[in-house]
Amino acid sequence: MSRSSSLSDLGIVGCKSTAVVQFSPPSCPIAGLWGGECGKNWPRWGRFSLSTPQVRQAASFLAILLAALLCLNAQAQSPGKPTWQGLGRAATAAEVKAWDIDVRADFKGLPQGSGSVAKGQDVWEAKCASCHGVFGESNEVFTPIIGGTTRKDLQTGRVASLSTGSEAQRTTMMKLSTLSSLWDYINRAMPWNNPRTLTVEEVYAVTAYILNLAEVLPGDFTLSDRNIGEVQAMLPNRDGKSSRHGMWLPTGKPDVKNVACMRNCGPDVKVASSLPDHARGSHGNLADQTRNLGAIRGQATAATATAGAPASEFATVREITGKAACLGCHGIDRKIVGPGFNEVLAKYKGNDKAENYLADKIRNGGQGVWGSVPMPPTTMLGDAEASLLARWILKGAPQ
Amino acid sequence: MSMFAHAPARLCRAPENFLNPEEIRRVQSGRRDFLRAAFATAGAATAGAAAAQAQGERVILEPQAHATSLGQPVAATGYGMPSKHERNLMRRESPGLTRVAAASVSFSPLQGMFGIITASGLHFERHHQGWHDLDPSQHRLMINGANQSLLKRPSVFTIDDLLRMPPVSRMHFIECGANTGMEWGNVAVPTVQYTHGMLSCSEFTGVRLRDVLDYCGADYKKGRFVLAEGGDGSGLTRTIPMELVESGEVLLAYGMNGEMLRPENGYPLRLVVPGVQGVSWVKWLRRIEVGDEPYGAREEVMHYVDLMPDGKHRQYTSIQECKSVITSPSGGQTLLDRGTYNISGLAWSGRGKIRRVDLSLDGGRNWKPATLQTPVLSKCLTRFNLPWTWNGEPAILQSRATDDTGYVQPHMRQLRAVRGAKSIYHNNAIQSWQIAPGGEVSNVQV
Repeated sequence: MSRSSSLSDLGIVGCKSTAVVQFSPPSCPIAGLWGGECGKNWPRWGRFSLSTPQVRQAASFLAILLAALLCLNAQAQSPGKPTWQGLGRAATAAEVKAWDIDVRADFKGLPQGSGSVAKGQDVWEAKCASCHGVFGESNEVFTPIIGGTTRKDLQTGRVASLSTGSEAQRTTMMKLSTLSSLWDYINRAMPWNNPRTLTVEEVYAVTAYILNLAEVLPGDFTLSDRNIGEVQAMLPNRDGKSSRHGMWLPTGKPDVKNVACMRNCGPDVKVASSLPDHARGSHGNLADQTRNLGAIRGQATAATATAGAPASEFATVREITGKAACLGCHGIDRKIVGPGFNEVLAKYKGNDKAENYLADKIRNGGQGVWGSVPMPPTTMLGDAEASLLARWILKGAPQ
Repeated sequence: MSMFAHAPARLCRAPENFLNPEEIRRVQSGRRDFLRAAFATAGAATAGAAAAQAQGERVILEPQAHATSLGQPVAATGYGMPSKHERNLMRRESPGLTRVAAASVSFSPLQGMFGIITASGLHFERHHQGWHDLDPSQHRLMINGANQSLLKRPSVFTIDDLLRMPPVSRMHFIECGANTGMEWGNVAVPTVQYTHGMLSCSEFTGVRLRDVLDYCGADYKKGRFVLAEGGDGSGLTRTIPMELVESGEVLLAYGMNGEMLRPENGYPLRLVVPGVQGVSWVKWLRRIEVGDEPYGAREEVMHYVDLMPDGKHRQYTSIQECKSVITSPSGGQTLLDRGTYNISGLAWSGRGKIRRVDLSLDGGRNWKPATLQTPVLSKCLTRFNLPWTWNGEPAILQSRATDDTGYVQPHMRQLRAVRGAKSIYHNNAIQSWQIAPGGEVSNVQV
């Protein structure tokens, strides 16, 4: 296809595809006339195939005339940038309100309302504690919300344990720097299996209760849109954040600068870390995870996995504990709501009737042996599953 | 003398699956003499004649069942499935990493993949609140502004609308920011599926977000950020810098590898943010908001934050820096014998194209360049290869990628010196695979 310099001057660029007239002057914001991958930048200018100066001149005149008409037409429809005719529609105010629920760090988007710590405790115990633990400390379903912060952190605005490394695991409260993030997340995504069912008051209340558990707010506090900014200023990790790094944009400056040395590079090679033998089977039989073809095969690690503990007998335990949500209330090695499996083992170890006794407790529930919180019957489990769980607990709940 | 020892540069192909696990262990322990017997048995049991063995292979000399019978009709399965012999290659969870499967990760089996495109059924998954298979006719995309001045025309689009707009198709990698995150402190998992498997690469098809924002009248001067929001229960939100949108690279994608997105990958609409960690590629995308500040979403404040040695969390770390890994041979595998191998792996950079990949066989003392397999595309996986003759000696294999900004993939010690060992995210260190004299490959750090 021939290219015309005069048309190029007008902003008309040649394309490889079939020539069609398609253009508009640079100042005109119309569209609706698309040229595929013609140009990189919006709007796309047209394509033309011409030969003589006379024709080009006439075409230019026509082009400007037509463009002017189209411009008028387009501007009558909708001002601004190009339009795809008939695509999309205006969002109604009610629709935007229904979906635009984000709350920003400066609390833009936060609905008016309030909720008390006391109300939050009720909601928490009914809808949150089964996963997060009564005190937000549970590590059984999700990582803990509460823990690792001190009263001193409330003063400094920095969680000291993050730099000393004294906490093995980071809790939500150790990381939380903007309260809006917590409010927004509870509002949009909690309870985990039934999101967006909390009222605005309940979201304020649960937020307040979490802050009470974290010893940020007193028990008689009522959190609201009016005082949330002051509470923000009390967060233990409010100053523990930074966005000074080169990983926000592709043009950012990297942290490290390695060089592509090719000969006699670096220090002598020593293996500093490797997988211990007992962990070789941690991910199942690797022989079953590589194609059985060619000279490279997966290692047979299943034998390692089953050595020692009778893992195969308890292969279904994870599924059963998931089905009955056991680990929401019982830790493997500690009390949550009910006793830890280690505590149960310690109490019944060596008792030859323990397996049947525990299977019965698992099936039918009970109260009073470990405290006043009742354990509900697990009607979703069969007898064999309950017995298997009992045996598993009495074997030390091997993972 | 073992029958395998005669030609170091040429591997004798074994009858498929003829080694059971016990025999593989015997090979690993250095005892290969039984292999001759195993071959003889494998041949004799079916061929039934030593004469046939002498003349050649049974699979050639004797007509095979599939060559002497009628095969299955067309459309026997309306949607084709992989061979039954490929069952070993599946997405898998890493035991103990998470406690509930609806808020978890499944890893792609990189050890068995070829080229650069991830089969859609093997694409890694990361869900925060489970996945749904949405009805596309009921799905809507809303574009709005944090305030009226940032976007002239708040709009609603159907998938039908998006399908009528001019599309682009582009190949890009997607990597979770936490990929290789378990290895910051020490070796933790055995195979490349678990060390690097939160990585996939597809051809994505969709509409450029910039075009849609233009259409809706976005104010690029004031609106320097967009918020992307998912339509699932987690309603996941992430802030995207407007620079990336303006580049034209950010897509509202409905297509993946020639078909619609898979439900696990956000059907019918997801954001594609090339070079940026996977969490920003919001699935089941329902809303884009133009804003004048970052949003401080949960996934920007409580997760996807990098803990630094001074106790501060870096927020909004997004770019996946240049990285590579050898996928074959790799951890948890065994080289059955000496001879010719092809070292193969993947390299990628969130900042652009891969310029070169160097390989080391001695733990990083000496390096030589690998061959890059075309195509080599920006923010896309690049496959590299290097022929290698293994003579049975121990080795430590490493790959080191350089991108077209000149950035060289770092050593673990370099990253730890700046970021410590607890930052979880954005570990792009050089990976080491140790090869033992028995052929066993294992994950190590040097």
